[in-house]
Amino acid sequence: MQNNKNKMKFLVPLISVFLGLLIGGIIMLISGYPPIEAYAALFEGIFGESYYRGETIRQMSPLILSGLAVAFAFRTGLFNIGVEGQLLVGWLAAVYVGIFVDAPAIIHIPLAVLAAGVAGALWGSVPGILKARFKVHEVITTIMMNYIALYSTNEIIRNFMLAPGERTENVKESASLASPFLQELTDNSTLHFGIIIAIVAAVIMWFLLWRTTLGYELRAVGFNQHASQYAGINVSKNIVLSMAISGAFAGIAGSMEGLGTYQYMTINAGFTGVGFDGIAVALLGANSAIGVILGAALFGGLKIGALNMQAMAGVPTELVGIVIALIIFFVACSYLVHWLMNRVNRGGKI
Amino acid sequence: MSFMDILALIIPAAIVSAAPLIFTALGGVFSERSGVVNIGLEGLMLFGAFTGAVTIYYGEQFGLAGAAPWVSFVVAMILGALFASIHAVASISLKADQVVSGVAINFLAVGLAIFLTKKIFNAGQTPVISERISKSDIPFLSDIPIIGKLFFSNAYLTSYLAVFVALIVWYVLYKTPFGLRLRSVGEHPMAADTMGINVKKMRYVGVLLSGALAGLGGAVYVASISGNFTHSTITGQGFMALAAMIFGKWHPLGALGAALFFGLAQAISISGAQIPGLQDIPKVFLLIAPYVLTILALAGLVGRADAPKALGTPYEKGKR
Repeated sequence: MQNNKNKMKFLVPLISVFLGLLIGGIIMLISGYPPIEAYAALFEGIFGESYYRGETIRQMSPLILSGLAVAFAFRTGLFNIGVEGQLLVGWLAAVYVGIFVDAPAIIHIPLAVLAAGVAGALWGSVPGILKARFKVHEVITTIMMNYIALYSTNEIIRNFMLAPGERTENVKESASLASPFLQELTDNSTLHFGIIIAIVAAVIMWFLLWRTTLGYELRAVGFNQHASQYAGINVSKNIVLSMAISGAFAGIAGSMEGLGTYQYMTINAGFTGVGFDGIAVALLGANSAIGVILGAALFGGLKIGALNMQAMAGVPTELVGIVIALIIFFVACSYLVHWLMNRVNRGGKI
Repeated sequence: MSFMDILALIIPAAIVSAAPLIFTALGGVFSERSGVVNIGLEGLMLFGAFTGAVTIYYGEQFGLAGAAPWVSFVVAMILGALFASIHAVASISLKADQVVSGVAINFLAVGLAIFLTKKIFNAGQTPVISERISKSDIPFLSDIPIIGKLFFSNAYLTSYLAVFVALIVWYVLYKTPFGLRLRSVGEHPMAADTMGINVKKMRYVGVLLSGALAGLGGAVYVASISGNFTHSTITGQGFMALAAMIFGKWHPLGALGAALFFGLAQAISISGAQIPGLQDIPKVFLLIAPYVLTILALAGLVGRADAPKALGTPYEKGKR
């Protein structure tokens, strides 16, 4: 039975990805694009040149972190849709420290990343407190907090940090994650050191959840709040803590954009989408650290490959968005797969 | 600028920006009252906007003229309901996590709508339509002193339709057997099932109606406000409608009031610079007001907002 369960853990995502790509192909066929050529261009655009590989890895870093944020909250039974907002405040905090603080790189970079984490944690803990104290569902509050973050960060940039071009100044060299070495290695892609931070964060999440008392309590609350309460675990504290840690991951994802990819922050007309993609990444990765990394690799790859697909086969990049949505659907509907498998295993008896 | 002038500037603008929110929020009421969370309102509204823009454009080509927007509303409602059926199948029959399924709906709607826009028009946006819902004065009513000028002049017909639909939804939900059944499966599905109500069927109806109304909301937005569909046409209005529904305590008339209020906040944020006294308030406070108020409402600081009891839980026969 245990063996079977583990098998399902791998099977469901794999089948979902396969079905998502298959239906994506059918959509292309119906709308008159060549699916095989398009997918070939897509994979060429991920693995074909070192430039593409560099871009994919760069795209992965914020996705890993936002995926970790969603996954971490999931483990405590919380659905953090607010990654997008926490990411924005983290981005702003990182850029703020990057611009206004003077320090050698060895201090400046960790300080800026830390600032992003703290900002994200604070933003994330608000829905946590509301949930723990007033029993307000975190899905709604995190969505609302996203918009508050979007408008507030824009206003702060407009009033205090504005540079020509609807954006802030560049962060100082000492706070930048950009790496000429990595860029050269990957044919002038925008790859930066952020990926190291992202992978370290994944290890931290794994360690925290599976090797500490805190992680044990967080997971216990996720499994059964009432039982945890009865066993003497402070449920309220764990809910707030879980949202704060989740928010910290999201905030650091923002610093990837602020210190790595862009080196500045723009006045955003809308959301970056990275936070929402994090939901897809966490779902596909079954909320485990290693799964999140693999999920981020897949979605990061699809997003980067989509550019080549558009260039070579003329298929709009949005097709990848459709495929991602379909994958989420199939993972969410895993009940269907489970139910069928159970039925078969029990010899047709319910 | 006199106080009356200020009101004459703000209130019609508020009613205009509220109409799409009202329709969509009413859709949310149907779905969530039946016990199905619908985070996908944003996506459904977006798809409605896309459908509306395309239908009106081709309606004009085929010579429908002034009728084109109205035809588009019907088409958007049908396609909205179809689109919502994906959410219904996933969350009711396949017992998927309703929030996750809603998130997927949002992704799918954005992807599909822009993909199709690029396919059909070879551009990132649909052509701007010429047949919009036009502003008009309501005969007789607009002649009433004061009120007539504020509420019945220079406004879109769709805005009155929105208010009218809200009243209908209230009547249906609270004064008909159907409404009682719909609400009962959202509160206590097992009890409803025992009384012979088909829980799944009622929930399907709730979700499909939410798709139809959200689609209508999107099409109305295109026909009255934006005039075409781009990637930035619907950015958050669906979530704002969701907020209005919650702020309105899952009640059709509450949702109506909240949507009007959020519309007012939007109107002030747009034209606030012309109003003495409001110029000094940073625009950002007006922009975030709907969201902050919703959070406060949920926290019980602005009246207690309680969700339907069975919201978010799939119904399984025989499970305690």
